[in-house]
Amino acid sequence: MTHGVHGVELGVLIFFFVLVSGIGFAAARWRQAPLVHLDQWGLGGRGFGGVVTWFLLGGDLYTAYTFIAVPAALFAGGALGFFAVPYTIIVWPLVFVFLPRLWSVSRRHGYVTPADFVRGRHDSRGLSLAVAVTGIIATMPYIALQLVGIQACLDVIGLGGTGSSWLSKDLPLFIAFAVLAAFTYSSGLRAPALIAFVKDTLIYLVVIVAIIYIPTRIAGGWTGIFGAAQHRLTTPSPVTHKAAGSITLSSANVLPYASLALGSAMALFMYPHAQVGVLATKSRTTVRRNIAALSVYSLMLGLIALLGYMAIAEGFTTKSLGGNPQNAVPQLFDKVFPSWFAGVGFAAIAIGALVPAAIMSIAAANLFTRNVWVDFIRPGADAAEQTRIAKIISLLVKLGALIFVLALDRTSAINFQLLGGVLILQTFPAIVFGLYTRYFHRWALLAGWAAGIGYGGIVAFQQTSATQSHFGSQVALIPWTHQKAYIALTAFVLNIVVVVVANLVLRAVRAPAGTDATSPADYLADAGDPQVVPATA
Amino acid sequence: MSDTPNTPENGRNSKVVTPARIAAAVCVIVPFAAMFWVASYNRTGPSLGGFPFFYWYQLVWVVITALLMGAAYWLIRYDERGRR
Repeated sequence: MTHGVHGVELGVLIFFFVLVSGIGFAAARWRQAPLVHLDQWGLGGRGFGGVVTWFLLGGDLYTAYTFIAVPAALFAGGALGFFAVPYTIIVWPLVFVFLPRLWSVSRRHGYVTPADFVRGRHDSRGLSLAVAVTGIIATMPYIALQLVGIQACLDVIGLGGTGSSWLSKDLPLFIAFAVLAAFTYSSGLRAPALIAFVKDTLIYLVVIVAIIYIPTRIAGGWTGIFGAAQHRLTTPSPVTHKAAGSITLSSANVLPYASLALGSAMALFMYPHAQVGVLATKSRTTVRRNIAALSVYSLMLGLIALLGYMAIAEGFTTKSLGGNPQNAVPQLFDKVFPSWFAGVGFAAIAIGALVPAAIMSIAAANLFTRNVWVDFIRPGADAAEQTRIAKIISLLVKLGALIFVLALDRTSAINFQLLGGVLILQTFPAIVFGLYTRYFHRWALLAGWAAGIGYGGIVAFQQTSATQSHFGSQVALIPWTHQKAYIALTAFVLNIVVVVVANLVLRAVRAPAGTDATSPADYLADAGDPQVVPATA
Repeated sequence: MSDTPNTPENGRNSKVVTPARIAAAVCVIVPFAAMFWVASYNRTGPSLGGFPFFYWYQLVWVVITALLMGAAYWLIRYDERGRR
């Protein structure tokens, strides 16, 4: 680690931070409407068009943590980490099929969260609560990880991490977070929607410069980069006497690769922050068009992933990164770029953390307000009270994430985020199957959810690695086989089996199925249809 | 695509299976088939511009998928216009 504060890098970072903070507060006045109904604060008035949605969803899904973690995975383990690319390829055709239906039914009935939909469709507060709580629990460590992204940059600049006192160590993070909390509170979803423009512009700029410039520094260009990566990855470690990986997949890693891609793609739009971005759009057509256009981000992600190999070619080792591969990208920027441009790179990552952190806290707040507060605590809460509660919860959620990062180490945040992926996928049957059919009984869906959560949680906890005694891996042996696969997907298969069996039993005993609040036409409605009222002001 | 049912009650009494919908379904399914056939791309050669096959092939599929999604969008839009 380098010592001392890097003044130019810090100055550039502060400049951009002040800029986006100003935008965040000003966003409250953008498309001004009285911020009374939860639609206004929590879904930006449900009026975002194509361009805004593209930046918002892109800024939301491709988070700062992604830019740190995906290259780190390639840096440490080779080709397996590249699963992020097939994952972000197949996620778009996958959601092209069902998200328009979720948009339509949600707009038709004024659903703010998918748990609202689950309640209306299956007539079950319990199932809706299960979906909402899973969403909140999966989101919390995800917010914490955004802070880890900021921390990694501050470390390299020379702030935090190495500071002697508690104050100098964590103060920058506190300030960043206080500002984030303040503009989210006042502007709601409009703040990250506007800031996303700055974030994505910076990210694209930095990535394009990096992939053009860095290969010119390395002997042999791209051939040299992949050659250095292959050499390093296949050299056995002196400690474990095993190679870390390869730039192609071993036969044992083929199923983990495919199952990580599929499981992650299915899980992505079960995350509350992803759904917020979809429900905030103004029309069904906007949703579909954006799904086509969002693929561009996947190309960027694929190129960002290769920064991990560039870090290897530049001579970084896990040891030289202080034992943490997550520092690969910030250290690489610090080494190869002039300090002012490294500052731009760090600003891109730090602002890239603020956008998803804001949206995630809004999404968690919407869930709590609609599916815990209104459904279980204060059924009569009016629009103004719902907005007030959601704003307060967004603060608490962020505070919780901050405590998470400060009190626990960053490995815990990563572990819980991996666990979050396992948990969130278990809400897929209740939401996505429900968009097509009521064949599956509400209690069967709840039983399947519980089985998936229980199995996935326990198996994820049991995984050990060279450095960790729990949550050591995302993949585990499929029971009764010698083949490893993504834990979330194995748990999902169990979930489906339980749903099907429980459904047969419940239908046989004629368990009450409740009443459906939706009708078939609701799933096809678009803006401009007579029964689709404009978003409430 | 399963934007069904098209019952007379909601005023959309055309066929469920149309050529446009079949074509859109193909656009949606093809990326899955390409990506899950890992054996087809899990190798280093032939390389392109220094990129091993494993890497450039999948990045090319990002672009192909974007085009297919664009096509699926137009097909569904065309189809929905015919229904109203």
